[in-house]
Amino acid sequence: MKHMLSRIALMTAGLCTSAAVLAKTDISFYFPVAVGGPITKTIDQYAADFNKENADYNVVPVYSGTYQETIVKVLTAHKSGKPPTAAILLSTDTFTLADEDAISPIDSFVKTDVDREWLKSFFPAFMLNGQFGNKTWGVPFQRSTVVLYWNKDAFKEAGLDPNTPPKTWAETVSMGQKLTKKDASGNVNQWGIQVPSSGFPYWLFQGFSTQSGAILANAEGNKVQYDDPKVIQALTYWVELSRKHGIHPPGVVEWGTTPRDFLEKKAAMIWTTTGNLTNIRANAKFDFGVAMLPAGTRAGSPTGGGNFFIFKKATTAEQEGAYKFAKWLTQPARAAQWSIDTGYVAVSPAAYETPALKKYAADFPPALVARDQLPFAVAELSTHDNQRVTKALNDGLQAALTGTKTPEQAMKDAQAEATRLLRPFQK
Amino acid sequence: MGLTSCLFDKPDALGSRQLMQTLRLQIYAYLLLLPAFIFLVGFTHYPALATLFDSLMSTPRGSRPAVFVGLDNYQGMIEDPIFWKSLVNNFWFALATIPISIALSITMALWVNDKMTGRQFLRMSYFLPTVLPMIAVANIWIFFYTPGYGLINQVLQAFGFAGQNWLGDPTLVLGSVTVVAIWKEAGFFMIFYLAALQGLSPSYKEAAALEGASSWYFFRRVQWPLLMPTTIFVLVNALINAFRMVDHIIVMTKGGPDNASSLLLFYLYEVGFKFWDQGYASALTAVLLALLAFVGLLQFFVLDRRTHYR
Repeated sequence: MKHMLSRIALMTAGLCTSAAVLAKTDISFYFPVAVGGPITKTIDQYAADFNKENADYNVVPVYSGTYQETIVKVLTAHKSGKPPTAAILLSTDTFTLADEDAISPIDSFVKTDVDREWLKSFFPAFMLNGQFGNKTWGVPFQRSTVVLYWNKDAFKEAGLDPNTPPKTWAETVSMGQKLTKKDASGNVNQWGIQVPSSGFPYWLFQGFSTQSGAILANAEGNKVQYDDPKVIQALTYWVELSRKHGIHPPGVVEWGTTPRDFLEKKAAMIWTTTGNLTNIRANAKFDFGVAMLPAGTRAGSPTGGGNFFIFKKATTAEQEGAYKFAKWLTQPARAAQWSIDTGYVAVSPAAYETPALKKYAADFPPALVARDQLPFAVAELSTHDNQRVTKALNDGLQAALTGTKTPEQAMKDAQAEATRLLRPFQK
Repeated sequence: MGLTSCLFDKPDALGSRQLMQTLRLQIYAYLLLLPAFIFLVGFTHYPALATLFDSLMSTPRGSRPAVFVGLDNYQGMIEDPIFWKSLVNNFWFALATIPISIALSITMALWVNDKMTGRQFLRMSYFLPTVLPMIAVANIWIFFYTPGYGLINQVLQAFGFAGQNWLGDPTLVLGSVTVVAIWKEAGFFMIFYLAALQGLSPSYKEAAALEGASSWYFFRRVQWPLLMPTTIFVLVNALINAFRMVDHIIVMTKGGPDNASSLLLFYLYEVGFKFWDQGYASALTAVLLALLAFVGLLQFFVLDRRTHYR
């Protein structure tokens, strides 16, 4: 009897090991789609290619809606104990994810010199949002930045050189005045410049505030400087584009319709993400240019977009697989193709040295503007309790733009609210 | 009701055998109700109670578990200007959407109830907004409201009025999102009124015609009172919708500018799933729940009594 039992035990053990040899490690990978184009198809193809090259792993990509829907899904899953292995989430959610104890730092998987080289291969500006407390929590994947688009035909009509966009705040105003066209009854047919301010105005405002020489939050993410005089100066400039100079639409401008406004020639210059490049290129019936944002006391723009995160509650084998997938995804050749397909900025300088991207850029030089702006780029605003601290600024910006508060008052109120929210993190 | 009364009214008069039989019948009834009951408890009663419990706890974060904080979350709510702003916005939103969408739906129903050519087409076009997903139509409405070349501004400008920034002006934005909600809802309610109107006996209309009643008099004295049960049903739905419809807010304004179009449920979503503040979100849910329960009870106990059911 005893003999038989041990035989059964042995057999089961044998079954287990053979099953383990056969089984692949499943790596669930959640990704959002935030720009146009057949993104899900591209990602599915990536996963299939990776699985073919790596027999031990089976990456299962899951399209999970917008960025917001994705973080809701993964954090809810994390709280119930079964998060995905990896996900693409906004780089600004790093603090939130770390505070929820949801993610493992990428450093914990970096062991060899090759790994260390890889971690150093990204543009430094894209690493900023993923690092704090001497750790790297996420690596850049689909990243963007804010650039200026200008309508060359409108410049010609206004008697301006179509190949010279404004380079300073003052030039924006002087050119904007020439570009603003009104009909007989005083209605504006074409605005000189348009900077959207619905939804997440803080991101575009970071263009102004950076150019004014201010940094909105510290690297530790527990202090903000919304009421810095330079910030107020930046906001005053934005507000005055409409109220004083009359070259910018009044009130809050919708983010979603801004590219369409540009295509409909209702705005001669717009600020929007590099992610709109492919869309505007496909639909513009006029000659247009892409340039770095005009400089104030300095040039500047925020970065944006999504990082690759690995979840803490996944098993070590799953995490190792996800790490391997992250490295595979960000290889220069793949990053270059991803950039061409989507309009996102390729994440490493090496990607811009690949033949594919070099050829693409030779045909279409605007694709390089975002890269050239990166040395002046700063981290996107991100703190602990991120969305709430950011909302304080958003509300203040919209209050100032719609004229319910002065820029000073709006920023003082936003600062007071943010200070209150960040108190628990200042230890 | 019948079962309980025969069990408790005159227990002495019943023999023990009869009692057993009644008991068995009772258990049988409860067993039949059990499946529905499990779902009701699992998905309605338990979550409601759990929310009340969570609203008295702090928000757990990472390694810090939730602790009992009493009424702190409610104290925070009283001091939260965005909560009050959302509540007031929601009040105006409800006050505008409910009567206007009901009035519109009755008008439309009366219209397409008449025998006229093309009424099938009219019925369908009135009902169409209901069928379309809110997210999709909200994205279209954004372009209706766009300054400059948006449909509404083009019409305004054609008649010589100045265009407005409908979604970007804090004084206009709440009205603008209210219009979308009414447009979406009226067709849905029309269907109920239309069904009710078709159920009315044609003899009323003939009698009224014989008496020489005007159509307004006929509506006021005959149709409207007979439609009352439908109106109650529609009213309850309209009220729930006034607190429930936030899809278009998320798509069109995200509560902006500066919370001018933030509604209670939208703010609740932000607190719960953007700020991840579970404790405070639970407290907000509890308030929303209490508010809806109060209105619901008011309707059932006050309005129901004044309604004539056939």
